Amino acid sequence: MFSLPYVAQQVVNGLTLGSIYALVAIGLTIVYGILRLINFAHGDLLMVGAYLALALLLNTALPLGAAVLLPMIVVGGVGVLVERLAYRPLRGAPEVAMLITSLAVSSVIQNGTIMTLSAQPRAFRLPQGLIAQHQVGVVSFSTLDAVSVALAVGLMALLTLFVTRTRVGIAMRACAENLRAARLMGININQVIAYAFAIGSALAAAAGFMWAGRFGSIEPFMGFLPGLKAFVAAVIGGIGSIPGAMLGGYLLGFAEIFFVGFLPPELSGYRDAFVFALLLLVLLVRPRGLLATGVEREG
Amino acid sequence: MNKNTLFYLALLTGLLFLAQSLLNDYYQRVLAVVFINIILTVSLNLTNGFVGDFSLGHAAFMSIGAYLSAVLTLPPASKAGLMPELPAWLGQLEVPFLAATILGGLLAALVAAIVGIPVLRLRGHYLAVATLGLMVIVRVVAINWTAVTRGAKGINGLPAFTNLWWVFGWAVVAVYVIWRLVNSPYGRAMIAIREDATAAAARGVNVTVHRMLAFCVGAFFAGIAGALWGHLITAITPHSFSFLITFNVVVMLVVGGMGSVSGSILGATVMTLVPEFLRRVETSLSLGGHPLYGLSQIIIAVTITLVMIFRRQGLLGGREVQLPRLFDRGRVVTRAKIETIG
Repeated sequence: MFSLPYVAQQVVNGLTLGSIYALVAIGLTIVYGILRLINFAHGDLLMVGAYLALALLLNTALPLGAAVLLPMIVVGGVGVLVERLAYRPLRGAPEVAMLITSLAVSSVIQNGTIMTLSAQPRAFRLPQGLIAQHQVGVVSFSTLDAVSVALAVGLMALLTLFVTRTRVGIAMRACAENLRAARLMGININQVIAYAFAIGSALAAAAGFMWAGRFGSIEPFMGFLPGLKAFVAAVIGGIGSIPGAMLGGYLLGFAEIFFVGFLPPELSGYRDAFVFALLLLVLLVRPRGLLATGVEREG
Repeated sequence: MNKNTLFYLALLTGLLFLAQSLLNDYYQRVLAVVFINIILTVSLNLTNGFVGDFSLGHAAFMSIGAYLSAVLTLPPASKAGLMPELPAWLGQLEVPFLAATILGGLLAALVAAIVGIPVLRLRGHYLAVATLGLMVIVRVVAINWTAVTRGAKGINGLPAFTNLWWVFGWAVVAVYVIWRLVNSPYGRAMIAIREDATAAAARGVNVTVHRMLAFCVGAFFAGIAGALWGHLITAITPHSFSFLITFNVVVMLVVGGMGSVSGSILGATVMTLVPEFLRRVETSLSLGGHPLYGLSQIIIAVTITLVMIFRRQGLLGGREVQLPRLFDRGRVVTRAKIETIG
């Protein structure tokens, strides 16, 4: 019914889209794990990363690596700044106060972008080198696809090393396990939270580059949907769990691509609806996700 | 309803007559939007303020109410032109505005129930994400179900049924119903759930049922508000009911103070009028020739962050303002007595 190259193509697409979701979901899950905050501003950091990357590609002769890395550093800093200004004053406040604040932060970032750069979508043109198509066996993919997947996997490997081998990383997992106990053990939780925001935001910026490269245009509201879908990915994997976010990201990427690729074309317009219907389904049958750690804390 | 309530209703009705004869179209429309926002904020308060869940689904429920009521009220002649693929029975149908509004609200409540079943069993803020997801689902359906919704083009030329009296009437109904609800045993149970769901369950409160009740009643009135909005603006598209609307209703709720009905009325009024004023200022502002679109929304968002940091309880902080009692002052004493005995 479906030819082998077609199926292979869908797998490649699922892998690239899944890489993006996984990177965004990691940032959401580590912040949620520690603070029980659904950071609605997370997707907007992806948008900021994409704008910065475009600015670097258009205005400078920097190598491509720098156009990915510099936005990651800057957006990581923005994440820390947002945490310091908006979320830290709310430490110990009801979770809903942080939730509302994250909505406000999202609004500030979006409207700040509109005010300074206008709401017009901009074309995100990749350098020639990234557009080139390759054919390996039955699979064809662009350099961007390969770079995206390799970069995502590399970053996730680094992150895994970080949370298992370094003091701050281990402290981060301790905070996710139990924030109060971690503080009583002498962990500087403000420092850990700042690291969580820096890492999550930097990963979102990397995902922003991939997302913009994939869809070819960027606009101030572009972060809303990937941010929300990444949350779905995090829930599928088990929110609070970093491996869960990676797994959930790839599962969601494959599910979405297969939904479009293997079902009747009339349905493909409903792909976003499918993603959120999937969320409701997961919440119905396995609300704690596939790799959930511990018990969902009350209130 | 006692004499005091009737007196204030009569007073408001009189003021509304005055407004209708004195204000120009622009101000009348702003006033209508104030009432629609009161309906939205008071109903969102039920879930977000009294039960302590956090719904972001109001835009989705408005959209459902607006689309259903639009399909029902459009005269068959214009339906034949606008939506030729509509099933015949639906194409022939022309429902009075009141019935169409109520049906819009009921469909929104039904959808809320379907979403609520998986989500409301869970603690945490899954509801926030699930309801935002619902917004995306509703939009995707509105874009793709072209036979009924005309897709991205949207439906225009709705009969302009909505006037000040409709929005005022529905605002009164919404406030009355929700006021009675939160001051009933159901409302007490909702507040108990907000304070401590486990303790409430241990005392025999059916937590899921009460959260569901609040969510569905809130969705019903959001559907009503959507129908009113659609017949005020007379055109709806899949993008009419965006995240921005939900966010602004949350802002109204937070500014007024979650868990206070009068706070919702105050918050909705203030946060409709202030941004409207700011928007008019914004369009005339520029910085070195660079227009400053988005500035008013930034000011609102920063305000909300500051409210969260420095006055989390909002203007009224969960308390209610009582209008001064003009009649039957003695009755207060009797009621207090009854309450102590009962």
